[in-house]
Amino acid sequence: MLFEPDHYNEEGEFVVNMGPQHPSTHGVLRLKVWLDGETIKKVEPHLGYIHRSIEKMTESLSYRQFIYVTSRMDYLSAHINNQVCALVVEKALQVEVPARAQAIRVILAELTRISSHLLWFASIGLDLGGVTPFFYAFREREAINSLMDENCGARLTQNFMVPGGIMKDVLPNFQQRVKEVLKQFKDNYHEYDEILTGNVIFQNRLKGVGILTKEDAIAFGCTGPTARASGLNCDIRKLYPYDGYEKLQFDEITSTGGDCWARYEVRMAEMKQSVKIIEQLIDNIPEGEIVGNTKKVIKLPKGEFYQRVETARGELGVYIVSDGGTTPYRCKYRSPNFANLSAIPHIARGHKIGDLISIMATIDLIIPDIDR
Amino acid sequence: MHTWLKNAIPNATGLLITEMVITGVILLVFLILLAFFLGYMERKVAAFMEIRLGPNRVGPKGTLQIVADTLKLLFKEGFTPDAADKFLFNLAPGIIITTALLAIAPVAFARDFQIWDINIGVLYISSVSSMAVIGILMAGWSSSNKYSLIGAMRSGAQIVSYELSIGLSLISIVILSGSLSLNDIVESQANGWWILKGHIPVVIAFVIFIIASTAEINRAPFDLVEADQELTGGFNTEYAGMKFAMFLMAEYINLFVVSAVAATIFLGGWMPFHLGNLTGFNHIMDFIPSSIWFFGKTFFIIFIIMQFRWTFPRLRIDQLLNLEWKYLLPISMVNVLLATLMAIMGWHF
Amino acid sequence: MFIKEYFGGIFKAIKSLLTGMKLTGYYFTHLNKIVTEEYPDNRATLKMPERFRGEVIMPHDENNEHTCTGCQACELACPNGTIKIITKQEVQADGKKKKRIDAFVYHLDMCTMCNLCIDACPSDAIIMGQNFEHSQYERKYMKKVLNKPGSRLKDGVE
Ligand code: SF4
Ligand code: SF4
Repeated sequence: MLFEPDHYNEEGEFVVNMGPQHPSTHGVLRLKVWLDGETIKKVEPHLGYIHRSIEKMTESLSYRQFIYVTSRMDYLSAHINNQVCALVVEKALQVEVPARAQAIRVILAELTRISSHLLWFASIGLDLGGVTPFFYAFREREAINSLMDENCGARLTQNFMVPGGIMKDVLPNFQQRVKEVLKQFKDNYHEYDEILTGNVIFQNRLKGVGILTKEDAIAFGCTGPTARASGLNCDIRKLYPYDGYEKLQFDEITSTGGDCWARYEVRMAEMKQSVKIIEQLIDNIPEGEIVGNTKKVIKLPKGEFYQRVETARGELGVYIVSDGGTTPYRCKYRSPNFANLSAIPHIARGHKIGDLISIMATIDLIIPDIDR
Repeated sequence: MHTWLKNAIPNATGLLITEMVITGVILLVFLILLAFFLGYMERKVAAFMEIRLGPNRVGPKGTLQIVADTLKLLFKEGFTPDAADKFLFNLAPGIIITTALLAIAPVAFARDFQIWDINIGVLYISSVSSMAVIGILMAGWSSSNKYSLIGAMRSGAQIVSYELSIGLSLISIVILSGSLSLNDIVESQANGWWILKGHIPVVIAFVIFIIASTAEINRAPFDLVEADQELTGGFNTEYAGMKFAMFLMAEYINLFVVSAVAATIFLGGWMPFHLGNLTGFNHIMDFIPSSIWFFGKTFFIIFIIMQFRWTFPRLRIDQLLNLEWKYLLPISMVNVLLATLMAIMGWHF
Repeated sequence: MFIKEYFGGIFKAIKSLLTGMKLTGYYFTHLNKIVTEEYPDNRATLKMPERFRGEVIMPHDENNEHTCTGCQACELACPNGTIKIITKQEVQADGKKKKRIDAFVYHLDMCTMCNLCIDACPSDAIIMGQNFEHSQYERKYMKKVLNKPGSRLKDGVE
């Protein structure tokens, strides 16, 4: 049975296809894995199972419309994706965004980051076989989602940004609700440490696994927590501040380990930094307008525009070529997950199958963002 | 029952066969009900630990959920993959469930209530339960699926190594009580359960037994054989319908068996809880039926094993073997030595 | 030294495992902390937030009048082509012919609840409804006409 040809390929290698339908790939990613017993010899990602040609679609959408499509790329940081689109239009038009809109944008973006990291925390537990942390994290995520629901109208794909500001003013009880959510988060944060962070099995699963050196991180174009865990300073909020991040005090979390454990720690610490950012803003949201001065039909001047933001997973860039019309001539998204994915084949080599799962979990891939 | 049947059926062979059939049927019904209950219990325990409600739709408080699930599995197609080795593929669930059933025979459910009072009960249980690996290997191998194959290979390594620690931890009690018969071991705890007598080797053996038997029955955090996030289901990836249900049932029966063994050997089986010479208290304790003592203890251990599953993440295969060969095995060897020393010097009571 | 490390490791490990078990045990014994929402049972009390985007609806007042002028701004704003506005010429009381909507066709299955049409509407004729139970057995039921039969434009809205 074993020596029938379908178990081994022509070269006599044991090849397993993980995905496109596999419990640990969080979507339709297909990893072709060459195995030697339990040890991974080679990994080859196959993409395109959820390609929706968002870049091409953008070419036929106006500058008000193309924002909403980006919610479907990295659906966990939908708000930040929308933000980059709004920002690029504002940059091209040189519109001033009112301070109130900026503050609300940043608060919502950081809430999105927390909720995205919470989901990542939930799913890393799930991927490594512990189901319970999932529910503890989702309890807090649910609070954030309901807050989004109340203020933006949707839980995940908020589409709350318009070029020049935000769509609606937040509700009067916004500040109090955000504080409630943050309090719940801070009160329950220690449970994450108890159930997962401190757990010896969990630590052993992550420590020393999937080491990505700083050089490799640069070479593969990794960004976000993945690269910061390798010691690379790449927080766009610090390097190229937007929407008033320059006025806020927060730390860029870096670590030098480069392994799964470092990535885990960086993300856990980033949630706390996000809380810090929100706390600085929540009590002094300036009064005033929520939308800057934009025309009803937006036409970008002729030229090329690039804007980047820091999503929960790394640097998201949008590059727009405009021919002066109402729709982009060409649009390109530089998505963080695509670059981060390319590191997996390199760092997974020589590890066990179980390690591939931890590597994928800590790199935190969102498949629709890879394919777009 | 024996005497009653003896009068009804004079023929010795006939008597034996009737008795066997009756016990077999009773046992099967009991175990199916038990598997149902454990399935329900596991879901509720998991749900409560995960701040959820758990099944609450079918029947009062969801008690019939598991019946509905069984019905669903019954109606599903008993699918056999084309490339599978059909004979072995269909045989494997049978083997797994048979080994699970066999191991229950010498367990004493209550005072003088035992299916088979065999004088080498401990040995019998540990040898029979390790046969489950054959079924798992068979299932994984014959499925002709790469995930199943990896799962089966893992199970081979895992069960064979953890068998050692189980054996050694049982032996330390056997040494102390001086008998291999489960009944004698229970009797030896009349003046206090082993775990409460305060002997250090016993406590260590108990911990090792719980850990190793969790691994032996392939439950999380040692469920590498199934490891759904890595192997999409491991050795039973290709199974569906009733055959899959048999795997599930075997898992629960195994869970019951190891807990029952742990309860018998370390927690005194059906022996009530006695406190020194507080006669009044001891009488009250004696008043509680021995079967309740037995099941109470067994379910306590089942609960702990379930809590393991819903608290811990899974180990990696090399860590699993490290744990066994670097920690559990050396410790349990030293432990057996300690226990022997105690037995020889007569330090225990 | 090795022995110390060895046993220290074991004790640390056991301690960390017990911490986790304490937490799950805590929740096992504190059933009042359960966060589950029993959805179909709490239909009566379930209230979606006011801004929740469930579907596009067109409010009508008690005289069966709406405020949609048929300007098609929403149709243009929609990124998906969800809205189709069919207009007709209607003879007014004063004998003039005016453009009025015949049907506001809304394809619920194509709508992404992005709120752009609501934002674009100059006369606030459409809003977002809170109903979210949209499942249907056939696709044809997802195509809706939002203006009620016999409804007309409110006087004074141009
Ligand atoms: S909500 Fe968006 S998708 Fe739906 S009809 Fe309005 S503009 Fe179109
Ligand atoms: S709904 Fe509003 S935008 Fe759409 S046609 Fe009617 S008036 Fe115009």
